[in-house]
Amino acid sequence: KLPDTRWQAVEAPGEALTPFQDASHYNNFYEFGPDKGDPAANAGRLPTEPWSVWIDGEVGKPGQYALEDLVRPHALEERIYRLRCVEAWSMVIPWLGFPLAELLKRAEPTGNARYVAFETLVDPEHMPGQRSRFALLDWPYREGLRLDEAMHPLTVLAVGMYGRVLPNQNGAPLRLVVPWKYGFKSIKSIVRISLTERQPYTSWQSRAPEEYGFYANVNPAVDHPRWSQKRERRLPGSLFSPNLRDTLPFNGYAQEVAGLYAGMDLTKDY
Amino acid sequence: MKHPLWRCAVFVAALLPPPVWLYQAWIFALGPDPGKVLLERLGQGSLILLLLTLSLTPLQRATHWSGWGQVRRQFGLWCFAYACLHLLAYLVFVLGLDFAQLGTELQKRPYILVGALAWCSLLPLALTSNRFSMRRLGRRWKQLHRLVYATLGLALLHMLWIVRSDIGQWLLYCTWALLLLALRLPRPGRRLGRRAGGAP
Repeated sequence: KLPDTRWQAVEAPGEALTPFQDASHYNNFYEFGPDKGDPAANAGRLPTEPWSVWIDGEVGKPGQYALEDLVRPHALEERIYRLRCVEAWSMVIPWLGFPLAELLKRAEPTGNARYVAFETLVDPEHMPGQRSRFALLDWPYREGLRLDEAMHPLTVLAVGMYGRVLPNQNGAPLRLVVPWKYGFKSIKSIVRISLTERQPYTSWQSRAPEEYGFYANVNPAVDHPRWSQKRERRLPGSLFSPNLRDTLPFNGYAQEVAGLYAGMDLTKDY
Repeated sequence: MKHPLWRCAVFVAALLPPPVWLYQAWIFALGPDPGKVLLERLGQGSLILLLLTLSLTPLQRATHWSGWGQVRRQFGLWCFAYACLHLLAYLVFVLGLDFAQLGTELQKRPYILVGALAWCSLLPLALTSNRFSMRRLGRRWKQLHRLVYATLGLALLHMLWIVRSDIGQWLLYCTWALLLLALRLPRPGRRLGRRAGGAP
């Protein structure tokens, strides 16, 4: 597939890429453990082949699809995006993927479809975090987008990064990337995509609604109740340059996406 | 002074971790966010040292070895030293020395305020950790140093508020703290002391 890939289809001008080693060894993927190094240490054993994804809900063509069949019709594109975690750190990562909109169109959303819900794999045997009795999240991990957000050209499903297949700890074999929202919206290791009429349940919102909203757009003006979102640490940092910088509205993608939220009070719909 | 080797060993064991962590950060062995890792290790180190400090009296009572009590002040001061470094790491790596932001954080974020209070409650204890103050304060010294239980509560609350997704480690520290408090309740404490005292 790689020969057809459109390299650097979207670039991040003036931004240095985060090294692959850092992007693949500093992860929040609580299914594999609470510490940043846990996913890299524990995710290797997860079988990602064969993999299939349920597509259901308000669609004309529901069903369980093999991953290859989902990906095959699409030309892969490289998208170099900033990733801003809700914990106030950020990276710049070259993803390989295709627009979610293309996949959704092929599933033929019905007129009732207004939201898209996603679910991560549940596999306690290979995901030690799902066996922890002290985890504060419930499984499966769930996320969601409004349909217009999901159809936006910046929203992609990624199957690779840095020109290679996604490492398991980064959400192999299929993950979402929504660059203007906090990282937790970009759900990993997807097994279900449902189109719904009602706003879907999402894991973090139900865990702590006053801390994590459904929209979770990167917004320096709305603090997380426990820490400020005004600035971020661009990784990698070092002792002598913590690499602190100002966080941009919509993570710097305001020009492309601010229109989606016209007329909304983003301090309320955070 | 008794047990010079033991005291020396404790001193070195408590002194070593921060320089080792700094060196690890220097050679990029702490990953892409070394400041955050240092911050967390220093904070947890401080909490562990606080719990160790409070474990010494029950240990001495149970084992009758005077070495435990001999290092209690040292442990307490190490706890304070780690807390100071933790605070420094926060100011440098999280705030970027933006002191205006510090004011905002103290007002808006209870866990920062609670952490600051925990540090403030350690300060008078550290300052009075000397013979002169003990003599000066007399009976009030002991009353003042009961403040350490408030520190323990504040430190645990501070940590609980930072946990994002898994509270296993916090529960471990909390259990340890509750055990220490239970040992200090008048009844089991006295019983333990009496039984130990009655031994030949």
